[in-house]
Amino acid sequence: MADQAQFAEQAMEYMAPLYSAALRMTRNPADAEDLVQETYLKAYRGFGGYTQGTNLKAWLYRILTNTYINSYRSKKRRPEETELDEVEDLYLYRRLGGLEAVAASRSAEDELMDFFTDDEVKDAIEALPEQFRMAVLLADVEGFSYKEIAEILDIPIGTVMSRLHRGRKFLQKRLFDFASTRGLIPAAATDNDPGPDAHVQPALAE
Amino acid sequence: MPDHDPNPAERPAHGEHGHDHSVTPCEEALQELYVYLDGELTEEKRGAIRGHLDDCNPCFEAFDFEAELRIVISTRCRDEVPESLRDRIAQQLHTTDD
Repeated sequence: MADQAQFAEQAMEYMAPLYSAALRMTRNPADAEDLVQETYLKAYRGFGGYTQGTNLKAWLYRILTNTYINSYRSKKRRPEETELDEVEDLYLYRRLGGLEAVAASRSAEDELMDFFTDDEVKDAIEALPEQFRMAVLLADVEGFSYKEIAEILDIPIGTVMSRLHRGRKFLQKRLFDFASTRGLIPAAATDNDPGPDAHVQPALAE
Repeated sequence: MPDHDPNPAERPAHGEHGHDHSVTPCEEALQELYVYLDGELTEEKRGAIRGHLDDCNPCFEAFDFEAELRIVISTRCRDEVPESLRDRIAQQLHTTDD
């Protein structure tokens, strides 16, 4: 059984990732702040129920997620689950033409890291339908395991995997759209169809 | 959007090698790409994919791209916590005594 006096020293270090996750969930800084504050208050009050030595970060994320679902989500309920199936695997890779092509299309020292801005990556995640957004956020941004995500979201591991699979494809499509909008894609890559004979090699590999 | 086979990863990736009716190593590797990058494969399967990536440059490039993209996503999704929020939470925990 955990002592509330230990709470501050153990839990405060997770505030930055919790706040980032709250921003992606609520898509609104004021709501994100309230959500994080409420999460810490609930966690503090419930800290007696936390078992020392278990995963504190996952425990905090579970509280964050549940608080979001119960108190914040209903405000802006939107239709979910649309148009995700039409995106094929390796969407972005096939269109950008791989890391070398990305570097070659700009100045030599540019890498994939410099290809997208913070705002574009954040927007792309925030644009995901909620159930996919949560899974992608927990896996790709926070690095939780499938099992941890299953526990945080209270869904089966198979569901975690399928949400990740679809969410990641949608994320890639969105990122590609940003790159296209900014004119970063070589003309040949904007042809949406890699062709029936496409190998795993990017379309621009030659 | 393309209206051909919506899931190219399930087509034989090395059709030119005459494996059209079986699962190719490339196809197998690509099916496991995310599970591999997520660190959720068994050691045995992981080793098999690593072996394939050593031999197959196109697959290696695809895996490398996806791994790099993952780093970009997690790096670019950070936000600074407002000082006022830190203060509010510290204050709140200080005055909450139930």
